[in-house]
Amino acid sequence: MAENGTNGPSGTNGGYVGTRTIRPDGLDKVTGRARFGADYNLPGQLIGRVLRSPHPHARIVRIDTSKAEALPGVKAVITRDDFADQSSEFIPAGEMLMNYKDVVRNVMAREKALYEGHAVAAVAATSAAIARRALKLIDVTYEVLPHVIDVVEAMRPDAPLLHDDLFTAGVEPKPEKPSNIAKRIEIVLGDIEAGFKKADVIVEREFKTAAVHQGYIEPHAALASVSEDGSTELWCCTQGHFIVRAHCARLLGLDIAKIRVTASEIGGGFGGKTVVYLEPLAIALSRKAKRPVKMVMSREEVFKSSGPTSGATVKVKMGATKDGKFVAGFAELKYQAGAFQGSPVQPGVMCAYAPYDMENVKVIGYDVVSNRPKVAAYRAPGAPISEYAVESVVDEIAKKLGLDPIELRMMNAAREGTKAAYGPKFGPIGLEETLNSIKKTEHWNTPLRKWQGRGVASGFWFNIGGETCASLTINEDGTVSLMVGTPDIGGLRAALTNIAADELGIPYEKVRPIIGDTGSLGFTFLTGGSRSAFSGSMAIVEAAKQIKAELCARACKLWEAKPDQVEFSNGAVRPLGELAEKIKPMTIADFAKVAGKTGGPIGGYGRINAQGAGPSLGTHLVDLEVDPETGRVTILRYTVAQDAGKALHPAYVEGQFQGGAVQGIGWALNEEYIYGADGKLQNAGFLDYRMPVASDVPMIDAIVVEVANPKHPYGVRGVGETPIVPPLGAIANAMEAATGIRFTELPMSPPKVLKALKERSAGGMGAISRPPL
Amino acid sequence: MAKHHIEATVNGDDVEFLCETEETLLDVLRDTLHLTGSKEGCASGDCGACSVMLDGRLVCSCLVLGCEVSGRRVETIEGMAKGESLHPLQQQFLEHAALQCGICTPGFIVAGKALLERNPNPTETEIRYWLAGNLCRCTGYDKIVSAVKDAAVAMRKG
Repeated sequence: MAENGTNGPSGTNGGYVGTRTIRPDGLDKVTGRARFGADYNLPGQLIGRVLRSPHPHARIVRIDTSKAEALPGVKAVITRDDFADQSSEFIPAGEMLMNYKDVVRNVMAREKALYEGHAVAAVAATSAAIARRALKLIDVTYEVLPHVIDVVEAMRPDAPLLHDDLFTAGVEPKPEKPSNIAKRIEIVLGDIEAGFKKADVIVEREFKTAAVHQGYIEPHAALASVSEDGSTELWCCTQGHFIVRAHCARLLGLDIAKIRVTASEIGGGFGGKTVVYLEPLAIALSRKAKRPVKMVMSREEVFKSSGPTSGATVKVKMGATKDGKFVAGFAELKYQAGAFQGSPVQPGVMCAYAPYDMENVKVIGYDVVSNRPKVAAYRAPGAPISEYAVESVVDEIAKKLGLDPIELRMMNAAREGTKAAYGPKFGPIGLEETLNSIKKTEHWNTPLRKWQGRGVASGFWFNIGGETCASLTINEDGTVSLMVGTPDIGGLRAALTNIAADELGIPYEKVRPIIGDTGSLGFTFLTGGSRSAFSGSMAIVEAAKQIKAELCARACKLWEAKPDQVEFSNGAVRPLGELAEKIKPMTIADFAKVAGKTGGPIGGYGRINAQGAGPSLGTHLVDLEVDPETGRVTILRYTVAQDAGKALHPAYVEGQFQGGAVQGIGWALNEEYIYGADGKLQNAGFLDYRMPVASDVPMIDAIVVEVANPKHPYGVRGVGETPIVPPLGAIANAMEAATGIRFTELPMSPPKVLKALKERSAGGMGAISRPPL
Repeated sequence: MAKHHIEATVNGDDVEFLCETEETLLDVLRDTLHLTGSKEGCASGDCGACSVMLDGRLVCSCLVLGCEVSGRRVETIEGMAKGESLHPLQQQFLEHAALQCGICTPGFIVAGKALLERNPNPTETEIRYWLAGNLCRCTGYDKIVSAVKDAAVAMRKG
């Protein structure tokens, strides 16, 4: 199994790191045994259902639950009255900030319903059928208000206001009137005016992207059981059960120690399962009914009531010299936040020009509320949108200057020592290596036919570390229990088991990884930010270090040796020098047998705040073909090259590249939230919200580039998010190559493509278009 | 209204259950028979996570009523491994890392089995179109297609 192995840094010879081990949780997942969110049940459980607002914007005048409560089989009904109000306070959550004043209003509408699908009440009943009937008996009096869906319209001074206490932050003087613009942010490097003066070519464009959903296949699910003293058990599908615990404790006024959250297997998240929706409702219902309550969202609820990511309007202006050096970059980003502030515009601003070494950059961002579901994180939140716009303009500059788009990027690529516009100086990063890898592919050099086009784009994401715990316990027979607190969303257990086995020098099969509940480990931040393999492996290295030190100390006692006469290597403590002639090494299993006589149970516990997450950069290459009769776009070929630092498990690293690329293809070509004039979502289902299926995409070639991250013991960088950044730009650039039309609006769905082709034949679109090759 | 009394075979076992008229086969499998390997991703036949075989035909169990399976043969993901030995599709999914979160995996494996029973040597295009009724959001389908291809090879070798 451990073919092509490379050794870890600790003198071990397991050689699992870097190999394609079979994931330890795989068997349960191919046999149907694995338990996901909706697969948990408890004796005596009730079924919970949520009543949701049919209006995009309405004052809630009155909620009468008496008829529902009187229905036989109904055991609890909750409304806004069951949640105490929260003060306005921003705390970090995932890669975004959250404000509990808003969170309590998002999980259950208070003064107003702010989007279609906003929770207004919930019931728990002895069957799903009774719960559904009960919802119909809840009488809500709404005062319907004018709504606003579009981000630009929401920014107008006369737009319907969502919150009368929301004043634009980040502008001086402080506004006197409330607004839907929650925040203005700006980053500046150098002087863009001076930069544009040096430019021989300037390209300025405005882009629009649609709101898209993470599209995890598993709907949100929660099962809560609250006892009479408030002790609470919760099972749910989440990217971070410690975060769920914190939110629920706050929203329900419970001590954190009273709540135990167990993360089920998770059926996809992509950022969308970093916040709470059903969890506090299930707890509140269970607390009232004194019985377990199970709640599962329908697909329609997932679309209407859980967070997509922002749609946006983005302006980009870039200047370059005739040799191709980028001399100035400006961008203005307007991001939808949904009904409450907190869009990912901040990372959007920071990432816009991050792949490039530029002296003059200015990016402005606006966080704008409108009558849509509150956005949640989605894979590299905010970055695909701003980088799509910049990568499109980079492509246009390449065409204007007659330069190869890879060469142009190479000439301007951020590298070690580059000062990023958002602040830091980069350590070693791998953008140039990914560009070189793409250039060397056979794909790059294959000829294309008419109506076919090739596009390239690069992408950047920061990655994060953060608070992480991991424990390694040596069992009585020498096997090892590995526990981490980050849900395994795509092969994490396999990657971490590779590390644990190598660190301890024992066979992979002797390590059993589990995801511990919130009572089993210290606070562990969520699976997100491409952090779980990066920080989890660092915590395991720390835990293993403790075990090795402990075993060496025990060996010294047993052998009456000095510390410098023993060392841990290859799964055993070995005597050194003269001692080696008299004494045999002791393996971990040998120590396990005598643990009781030598100091008790053996284990290590890594509790770290992981620092030094290295950014991951990637470059994507795509070939596509446009059908001029239907406007349909077929992806013909796709290659991803991305810097992983060190791939702990190459197959799951490739999987991140491939999956991210295909999500990006969906974002670029088909996916969008479509609203009617009535402010209601028109495509809240998988038939009409068109995600890529197997027949829509080709094989995705994945090139794993490894530029070691010096801050990680194995060189690891997070890899999960960057892959969704380049596809939007790469596909738009390929569309230009295929059609001669610069598409500036996503998705490039068949109706839009057909319309653009027709307008071109009618002589419209001016300078943006040229005839197809 | 009284519940329906239904007798059927599930994974070779005789079962009997009571169900409401509106309950789907998926509801019955998951909630009554406690076979939770079949997943509900959409309840509208769009995601394929609830794929099962009904009298040898691939169906979305969310689109079949529980009372429709009276006297019929249902096969689910739970019946695919025989004793200690996995079905070649299950084995290949593991070896190819063809699953990330794993929620769609039972549906893909059941649908893949239906394909290979009809067509023991499918092309990549045939695999992609057959599996177009199963949504996967994690993998981009690449490793799933490879796993099905290699499972076909393994099965042809016997």
